[in-house]
Amino acid sequence: MRTVLDPTGERRAPARALLPRPASLQGRTVGLLDISKPRGDVVLDRLEELLGEHGATVRRYRKPTFARTAPVDLRHEITEQCEVVIEALAD
Amino acid sequence: MQLPEGLVAVVKRDCPTCVLVEPVLRQLGAAVWCQDDPGWFDHDDTDLEASYRLGIETVPTLLRVEDGAETARVVGWSREQWATLTGVAGLGEGLPEHRPGCGSLSVDPLRIDALEARYGGSGLASRRVELADLEDEHEALFDRGWTDGLPVVPPTPERVLRMLRGTTRDPAEVVAVVPPDLVPCTVEKVAVNAVMAGCLPEYLPVVLAALEAASAEEFALHGLLATTHFAGPVVVVNGPVATRIGMNSGVNALGQGNRANATIGRALQLVVRNVGGGRPGEVDRATLGNPGKVTFCFAEREQDSPFAPLAADRGVPGDAVTVFAGSGVQPVVDQLSRDPESLARTFAACLRVNAHPKLPLAFDAMLVVSPEHGRVLRDAGWDRARLLAELDGLLRLPAGELVRGAGGMAEGLPPGIEADELPKFRPGGLLVAHAGGDAGLFSAVVGGWVSGETGSAPVTREVRA
Repeated sequence: MRTVLDPTGERRAPARALLPRPASLQGRTVGLLDISKPRGDVVLDRLEELLGEHGATVRRYRKPTFARTAPVDLRHEITEQCEVVIEALAD
Repeated sequence: MQLPEGLVAVVKRDCPTCVLVEPVLRQLGAAVWCQDDPGWFDHDDTDLEASYRLGIETVPTLLRVEDGAETARVVGWSREQWATLTGVAGLGEGLPEHRPGCGSLSVDPLRIDALEARYGGSGLASRRVELADLEDEHEALFDRGWTDGLPVVPPTPERVLRMLRGTTRDPAEVVAVVPPDLVPCTVEKVAVNAVMAGCLPEYLPVVLAALEAASAEEFALHGLLATTHFAGPVVVVNGPVATRIGMNSGVNALGQGNRANATIGRALQLVVRNVGGGRPGEVDRATLGNPGKVTFCFAEREQDSPFAPLAADRGVPGDAVTVFAGSGVQPVVDQLSRDPESLARTFAACLRVNAHPKLPLAFDAMLVVSPEHGRVLRDAGWDRARLLAELDGLLRLPAGELVRGAGGMAEGLPPGIEADELPKFRPGGLLVAHAGGDAGLFSAVVGGWVSGETGSAPVTREVRA
């Protein structure tokens, strides 16, 4: 019997169920997160228009830099203020 | 282990002193364990368990056991000491008064790690994975997703214990919190991955320092891993440790063939993969990547360098590592410049195209100056600060050339640049190191990643024993 030691962090991320998809965006608050990639604002501006037409309230957020994870405060702010979030992930 | 009452001895048949005292042990009726010949006495210790658990360093060792506990011990043969321990006078008629013993097999350097792993309270906390008898051990490690695409050395407990002898740090000490899963990584986990990478124990302090540096906030390892860009961590080693562990700073310094260079960089990347959970195609989204993401580590050539050691110039003299978010190697060929002004212009021209000739202040770079180019600078008395100052002057880019559309290229800065010119590199965004073989008027640009506060800043950390 040969034994080796586990080289991993020996962790498993807890599985979290996704929230149910809202049937309508009417009256909901939708967060748009710009990760600061070039021209991310172009797609988010258009999304904001379209969401407005569907009766959603839009809030805009921006990461300081795409190269780092979103600051904890920003994530907390979005969680507190929004029911739905859309992230413009890349250029 | 449960010891019999009375006299207990440990011997090996290969030891002349043990052979000498055989009649004495039989006369005393001692319970004798033999390390190398199961049939010589009543007890077989060829697995060395009793020797290990009793802490035997020399054979013969004679013990007195009372109420299950050892109350006296002598090593080797001494008529006087054996008489004192046993209470029997005149032992060993015809033997010399004393004779030193031999080394116990249980402290043989080639055996001690396996014994400690098997019987010791080794303190290793990692989960033990038992491979099935029919599993090929190398394939088993591939199958579990633990390799970087090349075979790894199976991290057996004895190999990990041997690796841990390379540092004085506690195996349970947390070295860094490793992204992307933000897992606290212990010295032991680094050792496991260092074994897999092929490191020798003496490399471990360098691997630990590299991980500490790469996990510093300003290095932005999470983003570096996740980016679609090419870059990965590049490790530059300074100080006497580089020579002591046999690193290469000379011929083919950025290439293959040196165990320390190859495995230290690899160990860092295996920690990111295995401990941090950063795997290509998952969090690692690199469009192309670069071969240096398997390993990219070299020592700076400090002798005959025109520069102070890189780490010393960055505030950490002596043994130290500097990590840089770097991509592949871009050759710089200049076989004609014999004065530093001309050579600096060549460096500047090649550095200008870093990432894109129209993108200033966006990407860092490392310039690796070879000895033949370095000699031109040294003879002129140019140190690192002087070279950087000259390059800064030469790398002021006219704003009109940078704007989107200029030169027929859409890439570039948005219109409305207020300054007349912009520097190619942010302050501190260009590193300069010295490495390479004696011959060749070639240097290298290692392209960097998104620079500074927006992305990654180079980090230097001391290498501690």
